[in-house]
Amino acid sequence: MTTAQRLPDPYGNGGGANLADILERVLDKGIVIAGDIRINLLDIELLTIKLRLIVASVDKAKEMGIDWWETDPQLSSRAGRDELARENAELRAHVAELEGARGEVTAGDRQPAEKPQKTEKEAQG
Amino acid sequence: MSGLRYVYAVCRPFGTPLPAQLTGVAGVPPKQLVHGDLVAVVGQVPAEDFAEGPLRAHLEDLDWLGATARAHQNVIDALTVVTSPLPLRLATVFRDDSGVRSMLEEREETFLRTLDRLDGRVEWGVKVYSEPTEDAGKAEAAEGSGARPASPPGRAAGSGRDYLRQRRNQRKESEEKWERAEEFSRRLHESLSGYAEDTRIHAPQNSALSRAPGRNILNAAYLVPRTESEAFVELVDRTKDDAPGLRVELTGPWAAYSFSGEDA
Repeated sequence: MTTAQRLPDPYGNGGGANLADILERVLDKGIVIAGDIRINLLDIELLTIKLRLIVASVDKAKEMGIDWWETDPQLSSRAGRDELARENAELRAHVAELEGARGEVTAGDRQPAEKPQKTEKEAQG
Repeated sequence: MSGLRYVYAVCRPFGTPLPAQLTGVAGVPPKQLVHGDLVAVVGQVPAEDFAEGPLRAHLEDLDWLGATARAHQNVIDALTVVTSPLPLRLATVFRDDSGVRSMLEEREETFLRTLDRLDGRVEWGVKVYSEPTEDAGKAEAAEGSGARPASPPGRAAGSGRDYLRQRRNQRKESEEKWERAEEFSRRLHESLSGYAEDTRIHAPQNSALSRAPGRNILNAAYLVPRTESEAFVELVDRTKDDAPGLRVELTGPWAAYSFSGEDA
């Protein structure tokens, strides 16, 4: 059709916009009208899971410190802060664990060394 | 009459027949259902696939979903060439033509208002990805394997201090990288917005489904007048080269999916 010339040719992967691009728009954008066949797409459990797959978790982006779309109310920042707090807690736990392990190891090194000393002393004494 | 009505989009009458070879969902050519000042573009679909039960089951099937989504988009694409359609969400199904007509009547005012707003505009999608580097790959692999919270306790180099220093360096490197990516995306979004009447920032896409290499940083949609589209596309093209380590991807022109809501 000649009317197609009115627009620049589709760019990028052109007609081959990836499936995620298409699903993102066809499932998640576009106007919602309740037809006679009433199916709320968000009630479809597996579909919802897949939609989450399509749209990478905002948490992950927050973790990377990307939050300049903060002004978009749909993408709240709370999740990211929670994530950071959780990671902090994990790190603290990890450090405690490591220091605990070190403490045990040194204590463990010392004890067998001390005991024979003691027994020597006891033997001497 | 057997068969249900699948509605793709609502448009102003556009006075052009749809391409004869155009097929939509279920392999059926769409037709125009004119009602007053509006046209619904509909296709007859079999009840054994699109009645509530079977439709629900089909939607759980990613292959069926993918094929149906592409068929839906195929029709919307053809409409976008001849008019500025208001695209409906996937799987909007009515029992018969009269159901579609009463829907058009009920929402006539809203439809006309939205169609006026979208008239002569298209949507362009712009995504920015960070190209995967070796370091980033390693860092991601380490995070992905869950090594972060539970590296083996007795490991030789594993003093808490070393561990933290290592983590800090990794974090600093990736922070700097993301800062650059963020700054680039911010500037790009700003200059593209200059050509757009409206913009939407969508959540980044997951590469598991898009199969696009690298990590998606910016995923934005721009509502651009057709007359500005060439300039918009050129601008995206120009910025492609001044971002080492980043990749800019343009998709479109789309029907104004991201701007079809009343709140838009």
